[in-house]
Amino acid sequence: MLAWTIYISFAGALVLALMPKGNAALARVIALVVAVAGFAIAIAGFAAGAGQGRITIIDVPWVPMMGIHYTLAADGISRVLVLLTGLAAVAGVLFSWNINLRTNEFFAFFLALIGGVYGVFLSFDLFLLFVFYEIAIVPKYFLIAIWGSTRREYAAMKLALYSFVGSAMVLVVLLASYATAGSHSTGLVSLANANLPVSFQMWAFPVAFVGFGILAGLWPFHTWAPTGHVAAPTAASMLLAGVVMKLGAYGCLRVAIGLFPHGLDPWGWSFWGIGSWRDVFALLAVIGIIYGALVALAQTDFKFVIGYSSVSHMGFVLLGLVTLTQVGVDGAVLQMFSHGVIAGLLFAIVGRIVYERTHTRQLSELEGMYLGRRLPFAAWAFVIAGVASMGLPGFSGFVAELQVLMGAWIAKPWWTAASGVGIVIGVAYTWRALQMAFFTDRLPRPDEHPKEGWPKFDPITWPEITATCLLFAATLIVGIYPSILLNSIEPAVKALLAGGMQ
Amino acid sequence: MNNLPLLTIITVIPVIGAAIALFTHRHSRAVAQVTGIVSLLLSLVVWQQLPKDGSIGLQELHQWVPSLGVQYHLGVDGLGALMLILSALVSLMAIDAAHRVRHEPGIFFALVLLLEAGLFGTFTALNFFHWFIFWELSLIPAFFLIKLWGGPRRGPAATQFFVYTMVGSVALLLSFLAVYHATKSMDFIELATMAANGTLQNRVLASLGPVMMWLALGVLAGFAVKVPLAPFHTWLPAAYAEAPSPVTMLLTGGMSKMGVYGLIRIALPLFGAQIATIRTPLLVLAVLTIVMGAWAAAAQKDLKRVFAYSSVNHLGYCLLGIFAIAIHTGGTVSDSVSQAAALNGVILQMFNHGLTAAAIFWFISMIQFRSAGLRRIDSFGGLRKPAPVFAGLMGIALFSSLGLPGLNGFVGEFLIFRGVFPLSWVAAAISVLGLLVTAAVILTVILKVFTGPVPERWAEFPDLHGGERLGIAPVIGLMFLLGLLPQIVIERVNPTVQYLLAHWRF
Repeated sequence: MLAWTIYISFAGALVLALMPKGNAALARVIALVVAVAGFAIAIAGFAAGAGQGRITIIDVPWVPMMGIHYTLAADGISRVLVLLTGLAAVAGVLFSWNINLRTNEFFAFFLALIGGVYGVFLSFDLFLLFVFYEIAIVPKYFLIAIWGSTRREYAAMKLALYSFVGSAMVLVVLLASYATAGSHSTGLVSLANANLPVSFQMWAFPVAFVGFGILAGLWPFHTWAPTGHVAAPTAASMLLAGVVMKLGAYGCLRVAIGLFPHGLDPWGWSFWGIGSWRDVFALLAVIGIIYGALVALAQTDFKFVIGYSSVSHMGFVLLGLVTLTQVGVDGAVLQMFSHGVIAGLLFAIVGRIVYERTHTRQLSELEGMYLGRRLPFAAWAFVIAGVASMGLPGFSGFVAELQVLMGAWIAKPWWTAASGVGIVIGVAYTWRALQMAFFTDRLPRPDEHPKEGWPKFDPITWPEITATCLLFAATLIVGIYPSILLNSIEPAVKALLAGGMQ
Repeated sequence: MNNLPLLTIITVIPVIGAAIALFTHRHSRAVAQVTGIVSLLLSLVVWQQLPKDGSIGLQELHQWVPSLGVQYHLGVDGLGALMLILSALVSLMAIDAAHRVRHEPGIFFALVLLLEAGLFGTFTALNFFHWFIFWELSLIPAFFLIKLWGGPRRGPAATQFFVYTMVGSVALLLSFLAVYHATKSMDFIELATMAANGTLQNRVLASLGPVMMWLALGVLAGFAVKVPLAPFHTWLPAAYAEAPSPVTMLLTGGMSKMGVYGLIRIALPLFGAQIATIRTPLLVLAVLTIVMGAWAAAAQKDLKRVFAYSSVNHLGYCLLGIFAIAIHTGGTVSDSVSQAAALNGVILQMFNHGLTAAAIFWFISMIQFRSAGLRRIDSFGGLRKPAPVFAGLMGIALFSSLGLPGLNGFVGEFLIFRGVFPLSWVAAAISVLGLLVTAAVILTVILKVFTGPVPERWAEFPDLHGGERLGIAPVIGLMFLLGLLPQIVIERVNPTVQYLLAHWRF
């Protein structure tokens, strides 16, 4: 059933691309219907899969002579991420309701990207996964290059190049492991059970982890992320931060850790406490957490604050993954979901609700606009989203980061302490942005506060309210009752960590 | 009746009230008052239903996130129930004091009620996860109450308050993660049992090495910021002074008690032995808090800052009592009598200080209403002539804060000194200095504000009118009642104290 999320998205993209131009209203409705249908299927698939392990959806030979199969399957991790994708798609369409430039093409690219993302999360054949992974890159480029803002061509090209470098590394690993495993299958399950030699895993693991990690914002390969997020139109930033970065993290988990678990074994020697690839990547993740937070603290552009915060939060995902503990990896997967929802919300508030009305993202200019009083909906929405983002309990981010930190405690206590610093800086930058943008104390200069009152902003529209409430609901439900997702994540992670995927 | 989940209900009611207040712009204060009164009555019902042996009663236990050891576990003993009453009382007084919120009253009262819910949740939760939700979330309404309705320098004050507390909370959280990792439990009662029989220490040692002291320091840091313990108090004067007075009442009457409560409910049971080991430096800090708080209060010109520092001083006695109790097990019988006295004193002091400080800030807010926001001590004088009732009632509250026998403030401080003297006479002796300075400070305030010639501008200073008298009279009555008949509280608190001391191991 879940496979239909892929087909329906691509079909929607096709319809939108072929439909006559100029009918923006129809294009929006089609996109919304497709996104909602995908989300509904994702929910149904999630509910139907509750309590079950991996369900193979379809498994037919594709290129029989190379042993490539068209294998779609879903375990608990996939189901959670498919659910996230559906949610992000619906919210993204709603927050793009005001796009008037080449509307049908915009939504066609949007749905193509969504389809590719669904595909990656559901592929259980490495080659197929790679194909979907590549498919997702193209619409990203166009979404940013055509509908973007600040330095959009530069940002789009940077994103595309980084993505291709990452893909190239993944391709090398794909071919090498295919050859090493005896050249008869690219199925994830058979590769995982192929007993790849440890020496091979030792080099394949870091290559695959970095290849996918680039897209997950792994420091120091993260630099595409802030520029890309900022340049992208709102819906695309939401997808980039909300879902596309998760593709990278998912690849790190499913391919790098799932296929090459011995790549994480100790080298047998250590340098300054670093004695395995695991230590290396944990260090990079912790640096990412702190570095992203510090840079976010220094930004003058509201959207860059959120852009760098994504780097910091994705650091938690990567840290959780390399803890290699049940609780840590559970937390990483939950953090993927949580960050997808929260980052989507933050980008929507900054890029759509605020920017489309104020036409500036400079915090210093927003300070003079008194948005707390003029746009109370945006202000309070950002308060809730900000609180969720800084990981206060009651919201999804807390449970996720809590588990990652628990995992880190088990693996290496100092990782936890360092990430604690990251959390504190996270509070600081969120609060700084919140205060500067919405609740400033600066007294208005006469020219900023005309006697006849401020000009009215456009009223908040129903798509904005609906989508905001949808994302709120998601972060709150998961925050208060995390078991709803953990029940499917846990068995899947357990199976994956136990080696093999059977 | 016994099957009703009373503690859930008492936490949910303010949340519902907040939701209603949000949409009843002009009547939001009435909604808040009704909610406050219902909560207060419920807290009294809880008080009545406490188990007689001082153990934790009215428990509610449900699974929540089984894989993380998270349960929905509520329960109160004499300590928790007393704090519920205090929170309800202080919230009601704050709502009463806030009768001139011009700007967005709906949001204001909604936030006040959410803060009340946060207090209730913190004082009833027995699982770390659950408790931490309320501990952290109560910061949000407090922040916005300061930030949006505060005085001229509210921005930095609110931020400082928020960031300081968050740093403490992160330290607390990391420590607790380690404890969870070692024990696979987040339940306060279960962990306390483990700590008492040594399992906790052994497991932490086995899984993380000798880090128990670091964990204790992390937990202490979280509470030290909240209470506050010098030198972590620097956020407090600005926050108390810049917050609107009703909010200051909630901060000092309710939120500061969260820290003391945490020390008694969490830090002492789990890390008693570690606290006993570093008892001397902690006592030094507590004494510093007391003496420094009193001297700093003496140096202030602003009424709110005077009582902000005076609060630091009064909470210092609670810290003194708590740290003095922590002596390595194996003491004499007289030690345990002293411990019981000190702990009783601490709990009474929490309640009494909350009540008295809230009342004083209530009066300060009345002064501000009458003088268009003035609050410098030397702006006033001779108020007792135009406003005798005002001066008389505020005088009672001030004398209660000073610790005059016969009023509530005396009982707690007396019991603390009674207990601490045998346990650490040096600390007690130096702390007496704090008592003296506080007395001087408060007498100076009374002298400057209420006596002397009446300045021209205050000749018509309006006295308390009927409604206001009605609001504060029960509180003043309660001060006398608790001062003269402290046993009405002690009869419920003492069993809890005995129960706790019997189950702790230092």
